Amino acid sequence: MNNYVVLPIIIPLITGMVMVVFKNNIWLHRILSLLAIALIGVDAVFLLEQIKTSGMQTLYLGGWVAPFGITLVADMFAALLVLVAAIVVFCCLCYAFSSIGSERERNYFYPLCLFLMAGVNGSFLTGDIFNLFVCFEVLLVASYVLVSLGGTKIQLRESFKYILVNMISSFLFLIAIAYLYAITGTLNLAHLSVRVAEAGQGGVITAVAILFLIVFSLKAGLFLFFWLPGAYSAPPTAIAAIFASLLTKVGIYAIIRLFSLVFYHEPGVTHLFIGILAAVSMVLGAMGAVAYWDVKRIITYNVVVGVGFILAGFASFSLVGIRGSVYYLLHDMIIKALLFLLGGTIIHLTGTGKLRDMSGLIRLYPQLGWMFFIAALSLSGIPPFSGFTGKIFVTTGTFQSGYFWLGGIGLLTSLLVLYSVMKIFMSVFWGYTSFTTESEKGTTKGLLPSMTFLASLTIALGLGAEGIHAYVDLAVAGLLDPHIYIDAVLGGNGR
Amino acid sequence: MKKLNDVILRTVTKTAVVIILTFSINLFISGHHRPGGGFIGGLAFVTAILLLFLVYDIEMVRKNIPIDFKVFAGIGVLISVFTGVGGMIAGKPFLSQAFGRVALPMFGETEMATSVLFDVGVALAVIGTSLTIIMSIGDDR
Repeated sequence: MNNYVVLPIIIPLITGMVMVVFKNNIWLHRILSLLAIALIGVDAVFLLEQIKTSGMQTLYLGGWVAPFGITLVADMFAALLVLVAAIVVFCCLCYAFSSIGSERERNYFYPLCLFLMAGVNGSFLTGDIFNLFVCFEVLLVASYVLVSLGGTKIQLRESFKYILVNMISSFLFLIAIAYLYAITGTLNLAHLSVRVAEAGQGGVITAVAILFLIVFSLKAGLFLFFWLPGAYSAPPTAIAAIFASLLTKVGIYAIIRLFSLVFYHEPGVTHLFIGILAAVSMVLGAMGAVAYWDVKRIITYNVVVGVGFILAGFASFSLVGIRGSVYYLLHDMIIKALLFLLGGTIIHLTGTGKLRDMSGLIRLYPQLGWMFFIAALSLSGIPPFSGFTGKIFVTTGTFQSGYFWLGGIGLLTSLLVLYSVMKIFMSVFWGYTSFTTESEKGTTKGLLPSMTFLASLTIALGLGAEGIHAYVDLAVAGLLDPHIYIDAVLGGNGR
Repeated sequence: MKKLNDVILRTVTKTAVVIILTFSINLFISGHHRPGGGFIGGLAFVTAILLLFLVYDIEMVRKNIPIDFKVFAGIGVLISVFTGVGGMIAGKPFLSQAFGRVALPMFGETEMATSVLFDVGVALAVIGTSLTIIMSIGDDR
């Protein structure tokens, strides 16, 4: 029993509700939201240390032991994600202070972000598949409002599609849970793992596993990403950055959790299928990123490539591949937030997203330009930055498992990704400066610190990859051996 | 437009609302051991207010019940979460509930449980949320 596990869920919930009660005090909202996110970060660091010294931490809510009650489980993987999510949201909120506008601030922007955070953390920490569904709904409801908040024409159009797609996938999610419950008679993830192992993963359970995969692919933007470029380019920059860095990752987390803990008996079917989907989404995402000449479009298609690459490592289902996935997942959360903030700032300054209408911004905004350069290199995995570690492990892992095509596609699309972001860099920052301080549509005032922090974080994570190695390896060990999870949750019950 | 003759509706509503409100409280309290509880009790409460909306108009009700129901819902959730936090302060897992028998002056020995407080929070949240939804859909502005 460890009550620290529940704090990342209830801190944002409580502060969000306090903000709803004190609706009109915007400064209170700002301070409280930063405080709440910082507290979550501190709590996550605590959890990391506890997990490192004494194994996975569990909490049986209300004292009802597993498999009967609701269990929260903090393993190393989940705790790392909670920590990085807190850091990213902290930066995005700082960015939002001077960019989101008072209209949205007065209409519950900060409480909504915190509810989103509660849902995200809940999905990471829950040990119960129905609870996973509930937490998904919490974060989705918050995201529906955030997508449409402000009510511009494009936002309303995209949010309609976004809500429809997610409604359908939630519906399928519920059906899949019902099937699984009918087959195994339990909802607790650890207990599910035990029962599926006992009964053997036959054809029916594998079919249910594929249904789950379809559900989470819709949420994560793995192959079924048709809704993603529209929905992620509609809302304001800070919101889009939070979405790109967190929401797809929750889907990825759910895929990795389910297919490493419960449905791991038929990797020849399920994991190969994940690998194929990953390869297809990498190729299609890269094609989209190369084809468009619009900042937002290019960046959103890069989200799809990232999703494919993370799951390519997982599909190899080897120690090295999953290690790469975890490294790349942490890197991707940071770099996608940074990239979206940078892209949003460029559009904010010039008033256009078309690459052909911009040039020579580096004379006026050198810091912005160089940060974009760093982000571009890091995104495509050039050595000193954080993308490199993940990329090399994922590629090695896929080669070791014999999926040469998968690793090859990963490397090829990395080149295309590099081309697509360099395209932005060259046409926006290079060239003749037609742009003067008089014609700028906005300022970078107050926007730079959060981006600088994220950029230095990607450098630090690249240079200090060795430093977090112990944590990542514990996370990978927990993912590869389901018995660690089962022992931590059930501890002898329900066997 | 000709005004509707709704004398019967108005007269029935005046009594019915009181009955529904009483029933909702009954539902809420019985929920501790039998079917009922904060969620249904709250919904039944909302139906009474909804009846008032239909018979009189939203403006009238809003003038007589000058509460921001969003705040109502927020306070409800806070109450519920804090009963859970109470368990944490006592060193038990989050959401642990406690109960005991207390001798009250008029009711004699009564069973008191912290889960009732949790239910009060749920009821407030349900009332606040559903009324907010109804009022924002039903409003012309």
